[in-house]
Order: sequence, then C-alpha cells, then structure tokens
Amino acid sequence: MSNLPDEVYALARRSVVRTSRMPAQWIAPLIFPTMLLAVNSGGLKAVTHLPGFPTTSYVAFALAVPFIQGALFATMNAGTELARDIQTGFLNRLALTPLRSAALLAGHLGGVVALGFVQACFYLAVGLVVGVRPAAGVAGVVVLLVFAALIALAFGALGTWAALRTGSGESVQSLFPVFFVFLFLSSMAIPRNLIQQTWFRDVATANPVSYLLECVRSLIITGWNGEALGLGFGIVFAMGVAALALSAHALPRRLAR
Amino acid sequence: MRVLSVAGGVAWRSLHNVFTNPSLLIPQLAFPLFFFTAFAGGLSGIRNVPGFDYPPGYTAFQFVFVLCQSAAFGGVFTGFGIARDFETGFVRRLLLAARKRTGIILGYGIAALVRWLVTATFLTAVAFAVGMNVGGGGVDLPALYLLAALVNIAAGLWACGVAMRLRTMQAFPVMQMPVFLALFFAPVYVPLHLLTGWIHAVAYVNPLTRVLEAGRSFAAGSPTEVGVAFAAAAGLAVLFTLWALRGLRSAEAAG
Repeated sequence: MSNLPDEVYALARRSVVRTSRMPAQWIAPLIFPTMLLAVNSGGLKAVTHLPGFPTTSYVAFALAVPFIQGALFATMNAGTELARDIQTGFLNRLALTPLRSAALLAGHLGGVVALGFVQACFYLAVGLVVGVRPAAGVAGVVVLLVFAALIALAFGALGTWAALRTGSGESVQSLFPVFFVFLFLSSMAIPRNLIQQTWFRDVATANPVSYLLECVRSLIITGWNGEALGLGFGIVFAMGVAALALSAHALPRRLAR
Repeated sequence: MRVLSVAGGVAWRSLHNVFTNPSLLIPQLAFPLFFFTAFAGGLSGIRNVPGFDYPPGYTAFQFVFVLCQSAAFGGVFTGFGIARDFETGFVRRLLLAARKRTGIILGYGIAALVRWLVTATFLTAVAFAVGMNVGGGGVDLPALYLLAALVNIAAGLWACGVAMRLRTMQAFPVMQMPVFLALFFAPVYVPLHLLTGWIHAVAYVNPLTRVLEAGRSFAAGSPTEVGVAFAAAAGLAVLFTLWALRGLRSAEAAG
C-alpha cells in the first residue's frame, strides 16, 4: 500500500500535467488579467492625480488585481477539472482503490497551487518589466508569492467544494460571475478612502476581496504594513480553512465506497 | 417578402428562446447594470481629476459607455446563439428550408436589436432612478440611442460572421475578445484628452472612441463629432454586413 505523500504526489502531478496539456486552462489565466491590467492602467492613469492617491504609478497600484483575478481562474479550473472527473466516472474508479480522501483533496489542490504560483511569478515579471519595484524588497516578493499560493489554495478549495456539491462543470462555471461581482465591488480600481459614493465605500469595506487586494498592494506600494498583511493573511486563512472543511465534508458523499 | 418572412421566423424564435429562458435573460440585464454600478459608483471620484470637465456628472459619463457596451455585447450574445444553433443542427435545417437565406442574418440581426432595446430600457430606467443627470433634449437622447443601435448591429453582424464561419460554441472567445478590446481601448474612464501614452494613441484611432465621445456629448446636450461618429458606426455596420454575408456563403458551402 502506498503512503500518503506518494498518493498526493501522483494526483498533484496528474493535475499539473492535465492542465499543461490544455492551453486554454493556463493561457486565459495568464493573458486575460494581464490585458485588463494594461487597459486599466492606461485608462485610469489620470486617477493618480487625485489628492491622497498612494502612488504616482497606476500600474503599481493595479498590479494587485491580476493576483486576485488569477485566483478566480484557479477556482474555476479546480472546480471544473474535478467536476469532469466526477462526470467521467474517474472519481468512482478512485473510490475502488485504497486512496485516502485527504490525498485526493491535497493532490488535486496541489496542482491548483502550482498553477497559482506560476501565475503569480508571471504577473510579478510583467510588473517588473514595466517598471514596478516592490517597496517591500526581495523578502516582500517572497511573502507575495506565498500569499498568492495561499489565495490559489483557498479559492481552489472553494471551487473544489462547488464541484463536489454539484458534480457539474457548468454549475462551477456559473460561479464565475459571482466572484467577478466581488472583485468589481471592491477597492480594485481606487483606494477605499477615495471612493466618494458612501454606499459603494461601505460595500467595498465589507467585501473581503478588498483586504486581499490591499495586502498585495501594501507589499508593492508601501512596504511592510502589519495591518494590511494581518487582514489579508487572516482572511485568506479563514477562507481556506472554511473551504477545505466544506470540501472534506462533501467528499465522502461523492467518494462513496 | 420571402426575406422578411424568413427574418421574422428566425427573429421570433431567437427572441422566444431568450425571453423564456432565465439563464439567457438575466445575465443580459444584470451585467450592464453591474458594470454601471461598479464604474459609476466606484469611480465617481474621477470627476475631481484635474482636467475632467463633464457637466452632467460621472454617472452620465459612465452611462454612455455602459449603454454602448450593452449594445455591443447584445450583438455578441446573439452570435453565441447562432453558434449554439449550428451545434444543435438548427441552422443547417434552416439553410435547407429558407428560400432567401439572407433573411437568416436579418432575423438574427432583428433579434439582437430587440434584445438590446429591452436591456437599454431597463438600464435607462435604473440610471434615471438613481439620479442621473442629462443635459440632452428631445433630439440628443434619441441620437445617442440610434448611435448605440448601430453599434449593436455592427457587433451582432461581426459575431454572426464568426459563428457562420466556425459553427461551434468554442468560437465564443473569438466573437467576444475583439469586441471587449475595442471597447476597453476607447476612453472608458476619462475623456480622450486625459489619456496619455500608448492608450491615447490606440484610443485616438479606435472608431469606438468617436462613438463614445459623440454619445457623451449628446448626453451633455452639446453635440460634437456627430458626423464622424455616425460615419464610423455606420461604416462598421456596412463592413460587418459584408463579413456576415460572406460567412453565410461559407456556411452554405460547408453544407
């Protein structure tokens, strides 16, 4: 009987290989957020002239967005892949093996985190090429990459839970607009203190995505900001734990032995 | 007459599908509203940017963009429906049955326009309900909607041409991405004169920039660039009519 690390490795490798063989699954998460970054940083450059705007470079300000957008793609990919495994009967065949449930979750999410890490490196490289220099330095970049991996894990676990609950790729895909609403109703385009519509500022303040963005942004623009880092890591940790617990709860029903 | 009867049948079927299927109808109404909320609400501070001067306010400024965006995507969504009809075999049966096949394109075009008119009515009602100010009068505002309708027709014909050539739902990104880029490479958040660098150069030659600038001038009640904007929108509609007709020939040849 194989041990847990071997099982996790085999499933994570399968997840990574499968994603790498489907260009649409990894090209879109790289290109689409980068394109939106280019469009928004060009169109909203004038916003940096607003009194109180934290930087003179809108690209530096907006660079946080692809990290979160990439995580949304991770959610969709993780959920859609698992739903396909359910629909094609792969999960049922796994149920006939002595594979542990924990290994299935960890292996599946391992692939998602690997893709999330590659995405984060790509966005960071794009930022560096266009002249963004993270204020928190090299150590900040390391923290940023760890944070990006955690975001991919938390959002990937959410997608996994959706797939386990519904067993349908289409249902998982239908979550995308919901996540997109969360992204747009946050401090994505402008700092919260500069949002003039009170109701929108309140929504952005209540929206956890704002704090994820501000955590990434703090490392790029302001340097080490304990409050922003604490809130960002706290939220992503809470999200991850909740999503993993929900997935772990839903898995035995799908993996009926 | 034969063209009109084919067009009427195709349009009725397409509209019946949309208006009896919540999964098609709700996104069509919700997405423009969502973009309007996110842009007009979240970015209203832009009106304080030095050099930004638009008397009706930022809500009206963004309303014009979202109206044009809903028009363009209304056309693209109709293209999605055509691709779906190809995959289910409906268009192939239609090609066999229709005496005048150009009526098929006309029918999908009418459906796209009616779909968008419903969205535009809903969006306009919401915009006025939240206190949008407009300076335009009895001629300016209809001109704004006419301009957006031309954008809807052009985008619908573009998507129709793609669907007729590729005949698969996998063509969705090919229909959607160029329209998305054309829209967002225009002055979305600030007027053209406040854009700088490469985005200004791209926006300057983008025909949709003229449409947006003229549309915003209609909403402000001081029309500018009207002739250029209508020429650009009508030119796109004519160009994509030819594109869609050639696509129809391609679908006919494929059998």
